[in-house]
Amino acid sequence: MEDRSQLNKNLAQMLKGGVIMDVTTPEQAKIAEAAGACAVMALERIPADIRAAGGVSRMSDPGMIKGIQDAVSIPVMAKCRIGHIAEARILEAIEIDFIDESEVLSPADDLYHIDKTAFAVPFVCGARDLGEALRRIGEGASMIRTKGEPGTGDVVQAVRHMRKMQSEIRRIVSLREDELFEAAKTLAAPLDLVRTVHKTGKLPVVNFAAGGVATPADAALMMELGAEGVFVGSGIFKSGDPAKRAAAIVQAVTNWKDSKLLAQLSENLGEAMVGINADEIQTIMEERGK
Amino acid sequence: MKQNVIGVLAVQGAFIEHVHALANAGAKPFEIRQLRDLDRPMDGLVLPGGESTVQGKLLRDLGLFNPLQEMIRNGLPVFATCAGLILLAREIADDPTVWFGTLPVTVRRNAYGRQLGSFSVTDDWNGLPQVPMTFIRAPSIESVSPDVEVLSSFRGKATSVRYRNILGFTWHPELSSDLRPYQTFLKEG
Repeated sequence: MEDRSQLNKNLAQMLKGGVIMDVTTPEQAKIAEAAGACAVMALERIPADIRAAGGVSRMSDPGMIKGIQDAVSIPVMAKCRIGHIAEARILEAIEIDFIDESEVLSPADDLYHIDKTAFAVPFVCGARDLGEALRRIGEGASMIRTKGEPGTGDVVQAVRHMRKMQSEIRRIVSLREDELFEAAKTLAAPLDLVRTVHKTGKLPVVNFAAGGVATPADAALMMELGAEGVFVGSGIFKSGDPAKRAAAIVQAVTNWKDSKLLAQLSENLGEAMVGINADEIQTIMEERGK
Repeated sequence: MKQNVIGVLAVQGAFIEHVHALANAGAKPFEIRQLRDLDRPMDGLVLPGGESTVQGKLLRDLGLFNPLQEMIRNGLPVFATCAGLILLAREIADDPTVWFGTLPVTVRRNAYGRQLGSFSVTDDWNGLPQVPMTFIRAPSIESVSPDVEVLSSFRGKATSVRYRNILGFTWHPELSSDLRPYQTFLKEG
């Protein structure tokens, strides 16, 4: 009997130390792959444009996703709305490699997330703190990413979420075993997962940074704070020289400790995405789905 | 091996799992992320799973490609899994790309399909019984040259091979707690 959940967590392990890039066309997907993306996220509009367009944002056209699947050999991910079981089933039917149940799209359900244990394909979910992360893992997520604040080019929220998650993990590790019941209650998280964190000192799945990463230095900062890899959404194809910026971010994730190299990588990258200050935006995506 | 000092290529992928497995098997692993890491003498090299396109590009960008290829050609023992095997293969089916090209086999990337095709089995490996084998978007070994020894197979195709200084796997020994493949590598190397 095969354990899909284990195989799905294993796929996330293979992505570690890599950069997952948002792409909207097969051409962009090829640029991302050639620049060293370890996977691509296929979507019709990148978060910055979703923000600009407003309205309801939904799963992408499966035909468009298939075009991207045919264009590259690396894993292809796609987003469904939070709680939208049917969109997730459609993505599974086209054999997507990873479903992102994502706050970037308009939530379909303001109470329930998808029961991800009912699916054979893996899910990645956003989280702002340890409680959210463990709730999503309890629902069957095979990978976690910080929510950050997508489409802003402002890394402050991703930093806040990663720091919070890591400091809560350290706190759980420091507790006595008989204090874990109360901790599970406070975090609103499954007790068995709290026990796992207490024992291992880390999340039971791979943990990436996402939301507002726009430069090699942003990527290096997130690795410094404990990310195992990075999602870059709007930051690449909203910038002046996407291929060069993408390749530089890929190298920055591998050698985030080498500041001399980071200095070289940061030179002459052209225009970064303009960015919106996270305090100036009206749609707060990180508040979606808790 | 003399000192059991093993360099683990750590540019992308599941390298930390190899580091832990090697340490548990009594070796002294260290990570290779850039050229200066090759200054350290090593008795063996691990090429981990991940994405071969990413690893290959980073090997070139970081100037690691030529020196590592030279070391492999000169007989440095290599333990390569999944993407690592693709980097070693002399030919990739339906793909003109060749990376190190030091292992005379033809591999096919994503031979079992997308993630829904990932699977695990327990089978004999190199004469050892009941070895857990996890295949994640795995390649297949379509053909091998006559001097390549097949150590395990699945549905008629080799899933692990030995050739001179190279042990290659389409699956992931680093994802199980069974250390026998590592013990074999450390003993033979």
